[in-house]
Amino acid sequence: MLDKVIFFFFAGVAILSAGLMVTRRNAIHSAVFLITTLLATAGIFLQLRAEFIFIAQIILYVGGIMVLFVFVIMLVRLDVALHQIQFSRQKWVALLVTLALALEVGVMLWSSRKVPGQGFLLPNAVPAGKLPPNTEALAGRLFDAYLLPFEIASVLLLVAMVGAVVMAKKRT
Amino acid sequence: MSPTLQAVLAFVQTWWVELVSGVVIVAVVPLVAGYIVLMERKLMADMQARLGPMRVGPHGLLQPIADAVKLLIKEDIIPDNADKVVFWIAPVVSMTAALTSMGAIAFGPAFQVARDINVGLLFVIGVSSLGIFGIVLGGWASNSHYSIMGALRSTAQLVSYETAAGLALVSGLLLAGTLKIRAIVDAQQHFGVWFVFLAPVAFFIYVVASIAETNRAPFDLPEAESELVAGYMTEYSGFRWALYFLGEYANMIVVGAVATTLFLGGWLRPFPNVRWMNWLDALPALFTAAVGAYCVYRAGKQPVRVQTWFMWGVALACFVVALILAVPLLVAPLKFLVPGLHGAFWFLLKISAYIYLFMWLRFTLPRYRFDQLMHLGWYILIPLAIVNVLAVGVAMILEMEYGWNRWLAMLLTTVITLATALFLLRLNDKRAAAASSAAPPPEEPSTEDSYAG
Repeated sequence: MLDKVIFFFFAGVAILSAGLMVTRRNAIHSAVFLITTLLATAGIFLQLRAEFIFIAQIILYVGGIMVLFVFVIMLVRLDVALHQIQFSRQKWVALLVTLALALEVGVMLWSSRKVPGQGFLLPNAVPAGKLPPNTEALAGRLFDAYLLPFEIASVLLLVAMVGAVVMAKKRT
Repeated sequence: MSPTLQAVLAFVQTWWVELVSGVVIVAVVPLVAGYIVLMERKLMADMQARLGPMRVGPHGLLQPIADAVKLLIKEDIIPDNADKVVFWIAPVVSMTAALTSMGAIAFGPAFQVARDINVGLLFVIGVSSLGIFGIVLGGWASNSHYSIMGALRSTAQLVSYETAAGLALVSGLLLAGTLKIRAIVDAQQHFGVWFVFLAPVAFFIYVVASIAETNRAPFDLPEAESELVAGYMTEYSGFRWALYFLGEYANMIVVGAVATTLFLGGWLRPFPNVRWMNWLDALPALFTAAVGAYCVYRAGKQPVRVQTWFMWGVALACFVVALILAVPLLVAPLKFLVPGLHGAFWFLLKISAYIYLFMWLRFTLPRYRFDQLMHLGWYILIPLAIVNVLAVGVAMILEMEYGWNRWLAMLLTTVITLATALFLLRLNDKRAAAASSAAPPPEEPSTEDSYAG
């Protein structure tokens, strides 16, 4: 019961602020609503007892990426953006893509109904005590079963970082 | 009874401890922040050979309450061209982030709102770092150049120093082997030593970075009065300003609590495992009783009768606290209260010491220049923290796999890191020298121009 209340609260906040994020004209307001969406998503992670992903979402997306977003937006002249067209009008493509997505989600929900022991919309959350410690479990998987992909990904990120520094240095 | 009411009752029954402690935190922290401000003003006065606030209450003890009332009834100005909604939200964000992160901190083994968080320490630093949005949004929404400059500086500073602080914390976390707040303190009890002695360099980096993160002198550039009026807070007044202020002081408590938990042994008393040091258990009660006795001594010297009575009241409160701390030690059936009460005492004492260090530094050191600040962060602290993490990792492996003595391994770590620090400083000096020799030689200063610039 409580789980469902929390889920629907966060889901509602996430969807509502995602919609507001798209429709606001002021870029800072959009950023604020994006932050709200990300926080609400983090709340859903927490409700699913995925503590590590919850805090990773907050530290990386909200505390890292969004801070830089807002930092950049602050330096932009917002009144210029106000006079530009906000949406590109490609109604038919949008309709098609939306229909495809809706179909996909519908099929997913429909098939999840047939899985025994799970509700129609919400998988029943496992009681907190029965799960292995979240951080340890994740670390075990990452550094044991998926060590090579993990290392490759980190090298890739390092290359991207060095590349960004090199490109930024070139201009001066 | 309706099922909704029943559900609410069941909820309250399960979570009442957490609910109550949450309310206590929200209610008490602003008051404590007010008294930290008083302590700061008194200390500053002492170091500058003044008396500080003396008028409201004996020795200015009621000053925070007078300040709060003043701020509450002050006119609340919102600039005409400000973005009203964002201007309105920003201070609340700052305050909320600081208070929320306190939920996972364990003030002693018995007082913690969110008990079972698996990522305790990450939660504290992650959520408290959200306070930056209050600063950025407030600076932007004020629609003023000073505010925006302050907000930009603040963001750059916080992002840079959060990296250093995070890496310093990783060194400590490697030693503890867990993110749970309780388990971190338990690990220090198990090791029989505070982690500050095993990883002193990491602690030092965390102290420096946490001063920068709380925007305090010598790193208080976002609100440097001489350059930016008050930085991001320039356009704020009245209670919104007070919220920013409270957020800042709550943040000091948070970084103090993190440092205490990870490096200073949390709620453990000094030498927790040494039997013949058990007399330290009496110290909390004796300390508060001594404070009470001093209040009694001062009570006779107050100029006004009301102030004498007030002093007696403070003394009485101290004696009651001393009694509460002493009785469980002496009465066997109440023994189970000892860890909780004494843990809270030691924890708060350590946080106070940490905050005292902050104040001491503030009154001692001059403010850094912004480029110096960035150099210190990026060229020295972050590389140093990375080297420290690597060295601590290697030391852990040496200890666990090859059976080295823990102290020897950690000493090696410290020596390696300090050598790196010297190397980095040397490198930095060379870079500075190269930069100054590459620049065109300064013009011969003429006599009438000598005061320009």
